[in-house]
Amino acid sequence: MRLRAFSALAGALALSLVSGCSAGSSSGSDAHTVTYWLWDANQRPAYEACAKDFEKENPGLDVRITQMGWNDYWTKLTASFIAGTQPDVFTDHIQKFAQFADLEVLAPLDELPHTRTIKNADYQPGLAASWVGQDGHRYGAPKDWDTVALFYNKKMAREAGLTAGRLNNLTWNPEDGGTFEKAIARLTVDRNGVRGDEKGFDKNHVKVYGLATNDAGDGDGQTQWSAFAASMGWRYTDQPAWGTHYNYDDKRFKAAIDWYFGLAKKGYLPPQKDFSQTNGPDVQFGSGTAATSLNGSWMIKTYYGFKGIRTGTAVTPVGPSGKRATMMNGLADSITKNARNKPGAEKWVAYLASHACQRTVGEHGIVFPATKDGTAAAVAAYKKDGIDVTAFTKPVADKTTFSFPITNYAADVYALMRPAMQDIYANDAPVGGLDRTNSQINLLLSQ
Amino acid sequence: MTVASSSPPTRVRLPGAEPARRKTKDRTGERDGGGSGGDGALAAVFIAPALLGFLVFLLWPTLRGIYLSFTRFNLLTPAEWVGLDNYVRMVNDPIFWGSLRVTVEYVVINIGVQTVAALAIAVLMQRLTKSALLRGIVLTPYLVSNVVAGIVWLWMLDTQLGIGNRVIGVFGLDHIPFLTDETWAIPTIALINVWRHVGYTALLLFAGLQAIPSDVYEAAKVDGASEWRMFWRVTLPLLRPVLAVVLIMTVIGSFQVFDSVAVTTAGGPANATNVLQLYIYGSAFGRFQFGYASAMSVALLVVLSVITVIQYRLTRAGHTDLG
Repeated sequence: MRLRAFSALAGALALSLVSGCSAGSSSGSDAHTVTYWLWDANQRPAYEACAKDFEKENPGLDVRITQMGWNDYWTKLTASFIAGTQPDVFTDHIQKFAQFADLEVLAPLDELPHTRTIKNADYQPGLAASWVGQDGHRYGAPKDWDTVALFYNKKMAREAGLTAGRLNNLTWNPEDGGTFEKAIARLTVDRNGVRGDEKGFDKNHVKVYGLATNDAGDGDGQTQWSAFAASMGWRYTDQPAWGTHYNYDDKRFKAAIDWYFGLAKKGYLPPQKDFSQTNGPDVQFGSGTAATSLNGSWMIKTYYGFKGIRTGTAVTPVGPSGKRATMMNGLADSITKNARNKPGAEKWVAYLASHACQRTVGEHGIVFPATKDGTAAAVAAYKKDGIDVTAFTKPVADKTTFSFPITNYAADVYALMRPAMQDIYANDAPVGGLDRTNSQINLLLSQ
Repeated sequence: MTVASSSPPTRVRLPGAEPARRKTKDRTGERDGGGSGGDGALAAVFIAPALLGFLVFLLWPTLRGIYLSFTRFNLLTPAEWVGLDNYVRMVNDPIFWGSLRVTVEYVVINIGVQTVAALAIAVLMQRLTKSALLRGIVLTPYLVSNVVAGIVWLWMLDTQLGIGNRVIGVFGLDHIPFLTDETWAIPTIALINVWRHVGYTALLLFAGLQAIPSDVYEAAKVDGASEWRMFWRVTLPLLRPVLAVVLIMTVIGSFQVFDSVAVTTAGGPANATNVLQLYIYGSAFGRFQFGYASAMSVALLVVLSVITVIQYRLTRAGHTDLG
């Protein structure tokens, strides 16, 4: 009797553990539900509006949206692939795309009936092509795009005698920094009120920095040094996409990096120790400790939302190549290979990539949707809020954009470049050390 | 089940304890503790949940982790046996050794300061006050999660905006980059965790102090010993077993520092705070190198086991000077 009771108890315990696992392994998907993950809280209302319209068009289908912050997002997504609790559809980033394609956890959209019709020509140039893997299959439906520009504090610029016209026509070179460095120096003010370009400037006690810091930029420098390095004609890899060789050992790149972090030595850019996860470039700009900040279009609402600060934007400077350069990056929606509701996921992704949804997202004025119509709707929505976004759209029209690097081993490149760039910025390590880091990266890529 | 010995035990007797008697038969004719049903089955029922949990959540993952350390494994495709490759890589990996050095630096500062401070608090609580309110106040930081504590301190110690540096600025001193400079970051994180854990450690030691008979102190007082002398000659020697266990526990916990580093410095700048657990985590969940991450985890297990055995031996944690 006791033995039976013991066996029953042990059995019940084992069952509870097993059923506990199985209970957790349901992602909440069924034939009527499509699970969708994104990381940007600002974009959630726009996609909820899309989901509402989609559900009207597809009675019986219910889109369940989950939003979590960038850092948790990727960890949780990785864990979900392992546990089999992955969402049907998720917002994908180009930096992570190669790794997921390599792990074969994404569904090829060109093989699915509803997403097969996605064409590159429907979107802003270059956006859709980025999501085609090395095997020729499309793994992402373009959803939006972003570029980088210079946000500036209008009051500080006026006090420094810098007009919007001047700020939009700056030039840059690695020798003396050109008119860009002159402007940044002029905007820098020490605790005694002396400007960076004036005699007696105290670089060790700066009250307002000319340019905000956003750390060392890791391997992409999207909102740090990429605009300068690319305006010299430098590119990350030997090919626009799926490159097999990185160029961090290029003389032009090293010269740009040397100059950029040299701004900190001059006192125009905060030292690396002033950057922290709670004191990013937006916080520096918003708190008045930085007069300008290079940042992406996804931050427009943040920079224009600071109380007591009138914000303006300017295009990035013209470099030695005679052209401006700004990184153009775009997000996409991907379907997971083992999606529980693949038919529903297909329909949802096709709708997300459609003109109707892209216009809806555009009207919310939080991001530039990938279609031209959607972009026009976003520009109009920003204008309604009194925000001129020309600094972000002009490079696209002028074709002065470049892409985020897409290669295999992206996570390893990040892991190697992050400390290497921080070492240059924080510890004044010579840029020559990038040769070794680049060799390590290229050795990985050659495997 | 073993059959009970019929001879008296040869172990050391506690003072005042009666000599062990021969075990008597109970009414059912079975020897105590030797029954095939009865208490044994009941004990098994009580042990089963913990045993099952131990097997599923501790033993199996440990064994699997050791196995994975000999493989190349990205979680989503089958593991590929690579023998000692991960260990060879680890030995030749400067970042691994750097992480180990940083971790040891953290442990030395964290444990050194925490143990001294906790001991001081515990002794003060025992000798000066019996206030439960004070004990509660001492424990308060421990109720805050590591992540929350890390973020709050990150804000307070921010170089440009933190209240800490504002106060320093009032005295005309330059701002200190507590969490963003390679010299300051590890000591700062270590001290943040001292702030959070010192109350809990102090309470453990306080519990140990309560076990010291008061007549020992009375005898010392009669002999004319000062408080300072009593601490060194009475308190510390009699607290040694408890102190040893507390040290072993806190050292193990300290070596596993992760969350507070992740939220404050994320391992930067330039790997200056890239503690071992963070490097393991980054290798696994960032780079999908679960085999290599497992090898480093096994190395950490070995390091901790060796340190624990040494600590246990050196402090004679299993023996007491009482009695």
